[in-house]
Amino acid sequence: MTLEKETPTLRTDVQAVHSALSTGTRPPRPGPLSTSMAFGWRALLKIKHVPEQLFDVTVFPVMITLLFTYLFGGALAGSPRDYIQFLLPGILVQGVIMITMYTGVTLNTDIQKGVFDRFRSLPIWRPSALVGMLLGDAFRFTIASTVILGLGLIIGFRPTGGLAGVVAAVALLLLFAFSFGWIWTFLSLVLRTPNAVMGVSMMVITPFTFGSNIFVDPATMPGWLQAFVEVNPISHLVTAERGLMAGTATSAEVLMVLVWSAVLVGVFGPLTMRRYGRGR
Amino acid sequence: MTDLAIETEKLVKTYNGTPAVDGIDLQVERGGVHGFLGPNGAGKTTTIRMLATLLRPDGGTARVLGKDVVHQADEVRSAVALTGQFASVDEDLTGLENLVLVARLLGYSRSGARRRAAELLDAFGLSEASDRLVKKYSGGMRRRIDIAASIVVTPELIFLDEPTTGLDPRSRNQVWDIIRAMVGAGTTVLLTTQYLDEADQLADRISVIDTGRVIAEGTPGQLKASVGSGALHVRVRHPEDRPRAAEIVARALGAEVLVASDPAALSATVESSAPAMRAISELEAQGITVAQFSLGQPSLDEVFLALTGHLAQSGDEPATDLTEGAA
Repeated sequence: MTLEKETPTLRTDVQAVHSALSTGTRPPRPGPLSTSMAFGWRALLKIKHVPEQLFDVTVFPVMITLLFTYLFGGALAGSPRDYIQFLLPGILVQGVIMITMYTGVTLNTDIQKGVFDRFRSLPIWRPSALVGMLLGDAFRFTIASTVILGLGLIIGFRPTGGLAGVVAAVALLLLFAFSFGWIWTFLSLVLRTPNAVMGVSMMVITPFTFGSNIFVDPATMPGWLQAFVEVNPISHLVTAERGLMAGTATSAEVLMVLVWSAVLVGVFGPLTMRRYGRGR
Repeated sequence: MTDLAIETEKLVKTYNGTPAVDGIDLQVERGGVHGFLGPNGAGKTTTIRMLATLLRPDGGTARVLGKDVVHQADEVRSAVALTGQFASVDEDLTGLENLVLVARLLGYSRSGARRRAAELLDAFGLSEASDRLVKKYSGGMRRRIDIAASIVVTPELIFLDEPTTGLDPRSRNQVWDIIRAMVGAGTTVLLTTQYLDEADQLADRISVIDTGRVIAEGTPGQLKASVGSGALHVRVRHPEDRPRAAEIVARALGAEVLVASDPAALSATVESSAPAMRAISELEAQGITVAQFSLGQPSLDEVFLALTGHLAQSGDEPATDLTEGAA
């Protein structure tokens, strides 16, 4: 019965529709940045309307930071307080990388609802819908990073690289996460259901995050695992993060992460866009 | 330079070896409404998705407003708009936000986008719902916000894919009003529908499509004329009389009798009025009370039966049978 309340406004005014049509002249075509930002705005609006979705970037990071610090701290470094000094840059990477997989799940859900048909039918720079979405995610990753860093500081983490080092570390992490996100955009276009995307994402993320230097120094690992850890881009990222936060990063360490980011975008960007253009 | 809005030649789309669109040849002139009529699974939506550059054809060519949909996809996108069968606006945003987003994507400034969005919400009778999330909208409101999002910039051609499926009669009339307004403003409309009366009401020309092919084309009048010169529609007072009435009418006219979904109604094609009058008096003579009868042009239902040998999905329920024609 609530519908009936709308009756006065429900009647479509043919004259008004007609005049709205006559004023719909086309403005100059917007550039890639502007359309990407518009999609970023859409992502932020969605957070505003459904703030519950920030659960995974607040509670989850707190959980893993506390869990791993107190689980391993005593055994690996003598005390949790000593361990957090080693672990924090790594657990920051772990937390954010695990959250990136929601990008794929969200995109897959979006596509199933049909809203992407509208976006794909607009005369805009094609990747902007996905770029904008990843930009919106960068906001979520910033929240997660802030939560982990804040908690780390409380339980004893002291970055010798100072504020500048920490800010640089977070910026580098956001860049890498943006690049890493293209794996998920590709997967979400290839796989049929959000559940399938989730499943495959876990299979990719688990070996890359745990098979790295996040939790322990690889020196005690068997040779084959050391070899994997050596080439794992997540390890390179963690090394650079540790360096930046300690104020000891070399440009080679940072460059390595930049190269990996470029490779990820260079490979999965075009794969994603090919899939995106083809339709289903 | 061609003056056609849409021109396709042997357009084909195949899913897992099953053709969904099986060589469609279409020529749609600019202006007015072109109806694309067929049952579920006939290939209507697949064709539209190819014409709107959302899907790449597997064979044949298609030009929209003179531009090739594969090689000049971007030019096509600049001139057309699409309103999908399932409202393709973002249901997690408000009506206003949806329209502002589309306006921004089309190049409006921040303030210009807000102004345009407000103007459209007003024209579509949605101003009061502008700050409500679209997922809280009723079916009719959703369809209107979706159409509004399609005309933020006035398109030369708009694809309306089953815009009234599942709507109540009042909302359906509103959508019809909007379509007429668009035509009045000079936009060409390609309308797919499985409602025969909708095509009859709105379309200047109709392509009837079944199993991925165009099986007939013409004005509604021509399509009706191809079936017979006229039709006799009869409603009996008591539905249980209908089988007997059908027999009597069939005998009197020497023609096949079609029974509609209305349990008391039947119809048949007739050549002239005299045999029709005889059939009616024969019914009365046999003691069957006729509640209503009329002599007129055949309905598109009858056209569809004559063309395909089976009935189109009709009635007020949106068809739920997805097995037919689906791969």
